[in-house]
Amino acid sequence: MLKIRNLHSGYGNLRILKGVSLHVNPGEIVTIIGGNGSGKSTLLQTVAGMIPVEEGEVLFKGRSIGGETPEKIVAAGCSLVPEGRMIFNAMSVRENLILGAYTRFRSDRSGDVASDLEAVYGMFPRLRERENQLGGTLSGGEQQMLAIGRALMARPKLMMLDEPSMGLAPIIVKLIFEEVRKLRDAGNTILLVEQNARAALRIADRGYVIETGQMVLEGTSEELLNNNDVQRAYLGKDYKSISE
Amino acid sequence: MSFEQLLQYLLSGVTNGSIYAIVAIGFNIIYNTTGIINFAQGEFLMLGGMTAISLSPYVPLPLAILIAVIITAMVGAVVDFLIIRRLKKPTVLNMVIVTIGLSIIIREIALHLWDEKVRSLPYFTGNEVTSINILGAYISPQVLWVLGVSAVIVIFLGVFFKFTLTGRSMRACASNITAARLCGINTRNMVTISFMLSAAIGALAGCVISPITQTQYDCGTSLAIKGFAVAILGGLGNSTGAIIGGITIGLLEAFSISVLPLAYKDAIAISILLIILFLRPSGLLGKKEAVELKEF
Repeated sequence: MLKIRNLHSGYGNLRILKGVSLHVNPGEIVTIIGGNGSGKSTLLQTVAGMIPVEEGEVLFKGRSIGGETPEKIVAAGCSLVPEGRMIFNAMSVRENLILGAYTRFRSDRSGDVASDLEAVYGMFPRLRERENQLGGTLSGGEQQMLAIGRALMARPKLMMLDEPSMGLAPIIVKLIFEEVRKLRDAGNTILLVEQNARAALRIADRGYVIETGQMVLEGTSEELLNNNDVQRAYLGKDYKSISE
Repeated sequence: MSFEQLLQYLLSGVTNGSIYAIVAIGFNIIYNTTGIINFAQGEFLMLGGMTAISLSPYVPLPLAILIAVIITAMVGAVVDFLIIRRLKKPTVLNMVIVTIGLSIIIREIALHLWDEKVRSLPYFTGNEVTSINILGAYISPQVLWVLGVSAVIVIFLGVFFKFTLTGRSMRACASNITAARLCGINTRNMVTISFMLSAAIGALAGCVISPITQTQYDCGTSLAIKGFAVAILGGLGNSTGAIIGGITIGLLEAFSISVLPLAYKDAIAISILLIILFLRPSGLLGKKEAVELKEF
C-alpha cells in the first residue's frame, strides 16, 4: 500500500528525517513509536504532502506521490488525521464531516455521502448527538472522533493517524483505539504514530521505532513489546523489572 | 427635531450604513480566506460603477450591470493570479502592501481610461426628482434599490457560505487552512474565488450607489476607508458585525449633521475606527474568546 525508501525531509535547512524507509501492507495497522522530536509527525506530514520531499521516494499503491500537493494525495486515497485534531472550530460537526468528503464531491457526484455519514455516526454515536454543535465546543475526545470521522469521509485507502491519544483520558484513548482496531478488521489500512507506545503496540500488527529521524528498530508488535530496549525507552520499565 | 426629520435622518443613515456594510463584507470575504485586508476593495466598487456607466449607452441597464460585475470579478481573479499567487513569501504585511499598491495602480489606470470627470448611472427607477413619501420622510427610489440589493447580497452570502460546498470550503480555509488542505481542498483556488466574489459584490454595490453618490476614478478610496472602519467596528471577518457596524456608523454620520458642522461628517468613521482600535481591537462582535471560533 505504502512504501517509503530513504526519505529525507525537514523544515528549511533543518533536516528532520534522515533516510527513513518503511512499508505498510494492505489491511494492517502499522505503528511508528518514538519520543518527542524524533520525526514521527514530520514523516506523516511529508507523506501527506504538507512538507516537501528532499530526497528518497514515497510510493502509494505503486505510484510515486513524493512532491504532489496534499489535495492530490488525499484524492489518491491517503488521508492524514493531523496532530492536535485541527477541527474546523466554527463549523458544525456535520459540516466538518461533509467537508471530509470534499474530494468525492469533486470526482464522483453519485458518491453516497449520506450513508457514509451514517457509518461515522454509527461508529461514534457521540457525534450524532452533537451533530449541529460547533466543532470548537466539543471535548478533546469528541474532537478526535470527529477528526477520524472526517478523514474516513474521504474513503481513504490508507489512513494516517498522528498522535490520536494526545491529551485524552485513558478511557477515551481506549475507546478510540478500539474503533481503530475495528476499522482494520473491516479491511482498512492504518499508519499510526504514537507516543503512547503501549496502547499503539496493543492494536498494531507491526511497528517501527524512530529516533532522531532514522528507523532504529522494526518488527511485529509482539517482538517490539518484548524487546528490552523498547520496554526501557518507551514502555516505562526499568532495568530491574526487565532482568527479573 | 420633528418626527419627519428624525425619519429622514434615520433613512439616510441606514442607506449609507448599508453601503458601508457591503464594502466591509467585501473586506471580510477576503480576510476570512487569506487573513489579509484587501485595500483595493474600494477600487472594485469604482471599477464596477465605471464599467457599467461606459456600457450603459449601448446595452440595457441590467445587462450593463451584469457585464460590469463579471468584468470586475475577472479583474479580481487576474489580481490574484498575477500578483497574490506569485508572492514568494506571502506574509500578511507583504500582501497588505501589495493591495495598497494595487489600489493606486487601478486608480491610475481608471484615470487614464475614464479621465477625472464625475459620472453616474441613471436612476434604476424614476429620476433625480422622483421621491417616495414614507410617513412624511421623502426618499429616492434608488435608496430602496440600495437597501434591497444590500439585503439580497447578505442573504445570498449567508446561503452561499452555509449550504454550498464551495462556501463551506471557504469557511474551512478560514477556520483552519492546514486541515482544509488535508481534506483535499485546493486552498489556492479558494483564495481566487474569494477575490472574485468580493470583486463582484463590490462591483454590484458600486453600480447601485452610483446614481446617489456619483462615480469618479478615485471614489473607491473614501468608501474603502469607511468600509474598513465598519469592518473593524463590527469585528473583522464577521458579516453580522459588518451590518451592525455599517448601520451604526451610517446613523452616527446622519445624526451628526444636527449637532456638528457638515464638514465633520467624514471624520466620524475615522474617529470610531481609532476609538475601537484603542478600546476594543476585536470589534463589537469579535469576542476575544471566540477568535478561535471564527465565523462569517
